[in-house]
Amino acid sequence: MTAGLRVLTPGLMTTLQDLGRPGFQRLGIPVSGALDPVSLRAANLMVGNPAGTAALEIAYQGPLLAVEVDSVRVALAGAGAPLDILGEAGVAERVPPLTSVSLQRGQRLRIGALSGGAVAYLAVEGGFAVAPVLGSRSTYVRAGIGGFAARAIAAGDVLPLAEDAAAEREEQMLPALDLVAPARYRIVLGPQDDYFTQAAIRTLLEATYTVTPATDRMGMRLDGPRLEHAKGFNIVSDGIAPGAIQVPGNGLPIILLADRQTTGGYPKVAAVVSADLPALGRLMPGAQIAFEAVSIDEAEAARRQMMAYVAELEASVTLARRNGVIDEAKLMAANLVSGVVDARS
Amino acid sequence: MPPVPQPRFLRSGDTALVVEFGDRIDRDISARVLSLAGLIEAAAIPGVVEVVPTFRSLMVHYEPLALPHCELEQRLGPLIDRIRIEERPGRRWRVPACYDADAGPDLADVAERTGLSVAQVIERHSATEFHVYMMGFLPGFPYMGTLPAELELPRRENPRLRVPSGSIAIAMAMSTVYTLESPGGWHLLGRTPILMWDPRRAEPTLVAAGDKVMFTPVSRREYETILAQATAGTYDLRPDGEARA
Repeated sequence: MTAGLRVLTPGLMTTLQDLGRPGFQRLGIPVSGALDPVSLRAANLMVGNPAGTAALEIAYQGPLLAVEVDSVRVALAGAGAPLDILGEAGVAERVPPLTSVSLQRGQRLRIGALSGGAVAYLAVEGGFAVAPVLGSRSTYVRAGIGGFAARAIAAGDVLPLAEDAAAEREEQMLPALDLVAPARYRIVLGPQDDYFTQAAIRTLLEATYTVTPATDRMGMRLDGPRLEHAKGFNIVSDGIAPGAIQVPGNGLPIILLADRQTTGGYPKVAAVVSADLPALGRLMPGAQIAFEAVSIDEAEAARRQMMAYVAELEASVTLARRNGVIDEAKLMAANLVSGVVDARS
Repeated sequence: MPPVPQPRFLRSGDTALVVEFGDRIDRDISARVLSLAGLIEAAAIPGVVEVVPTFRSLMVHYEPLALPHCELEQRLGPLIDRIRIEERPGRRWRVPACYDADAGPDLADVAERTGLSVAQVIERHSATEFHVYMMGFLPGFPYMGTLPAELELPRRENPRLRVPSGSIAIAMAMSTVYTLESPGGWHLLGRTPILMWDPRRAEPTLVAAGDKVMFTPVSRREYETILAQATAGTYDLRPDGEARA
């Protein structure tokens, strides 16, 4: 396979991700998958893919890619990032946000520095032609499985595409994508909240923490007031849920993300509810984060609401309007100011 | 038989439920965990995504929109009543192990700290039939017990930044094999030439929770021969009583 997207510069950490690899955690194999599955779905919807198709997850800084097929349709969703098309002469054309675009052979696609969030997703129509491993194309770098060559993309790679030409049809857009961070991230206490003092639980629910740069796809390390253990910080290892907040001996919480290990021996004071995990996955180092405890019923209701929003997104895909109907400058401004892209404003 | 204590349900967010049987490493607890794991898998409950057995609890990952927590707990009740404490037979593996000094850089230290000779450390380790309690830490990484009491040591004070893959190691009452190169704080006794984790295989991990493992000492030469075959993907280790393909 030689035809596809050639990587000229890879970005900081660009990996292929889909909705993950559930079903093998009893063998110690992490689930992985997109840190922000809502944006992954949005990107796929615009190019007409099934919502869980593997796409490039871009962290912090995007890649420069050259088109080495006849044509390809792409769309970007997630953190704000300029998406430019560079022609042979090197003239840049900026693509309006939340709109699919088709590129011809020889054109280049450049995604700049992300703003307002840590990740964005570049979906290609038809998807990438890589074999699934254990049912998923998600890259899990640590164990060398999945994705493109089981690692982040690198300069010189040619990412194979399932289709060698874009389908003949109009471009599509999403009128809006709500990426506003919750004021407080909702958590369900347990399973080891009894390993912490009452004061520690109060601190967790009242204090503001900062996301540190030592954050990766496995875990988000927080800085802030330390949480005091009531009966030591070693437990007999048990399972780890998505969004689990584990607290090692230094008292500083770590929220476990997509590449989390399947089991662990630190007490887990709580877990972030599943509805707030996509927003959590978007947080950049330096971001402030606070928590509020909710009941399991409230957490389930929140998940129902999140999935209803995803269904709403799916129904909202429309044909892209051209010729100045959309005010691009306004779109970009909205995107940078609030992190929400709203073409109706 | 003493009365069996009822397990506790503990929340871990809205997509995972912990069924906790105890707070220690114990073969009876492990047998209950593995029994319930088998019962849940056999029941194929819609909405249950997967189960993860650990030393003392079973984590049930589920989709709450298909199976709300209250319904999940109702479905688990009758299965918990059917838990059997007898260990399932499990598969028996004989894993080749090279205990040369360079393969097991901590052999001399372990011998000194336990008051045994190096030969005795190797003899005790390779004479033990290990029970795989659970998998975790790395893909295919087994937590196996129980180590003879005289070999029990806490983890190393200074964990290594790079433990080579295939390293056979001990800490506390457990033994394991590092399936990938990784940081690690366990004491290294030897190395196996077989790949306990090989993403090229349809089943990339070798052992599973509930299996039994014994280490068979091999010479350096045998180690090299098997390593070459394993690396080429032609070494086919099967559990006892199962014919090779």
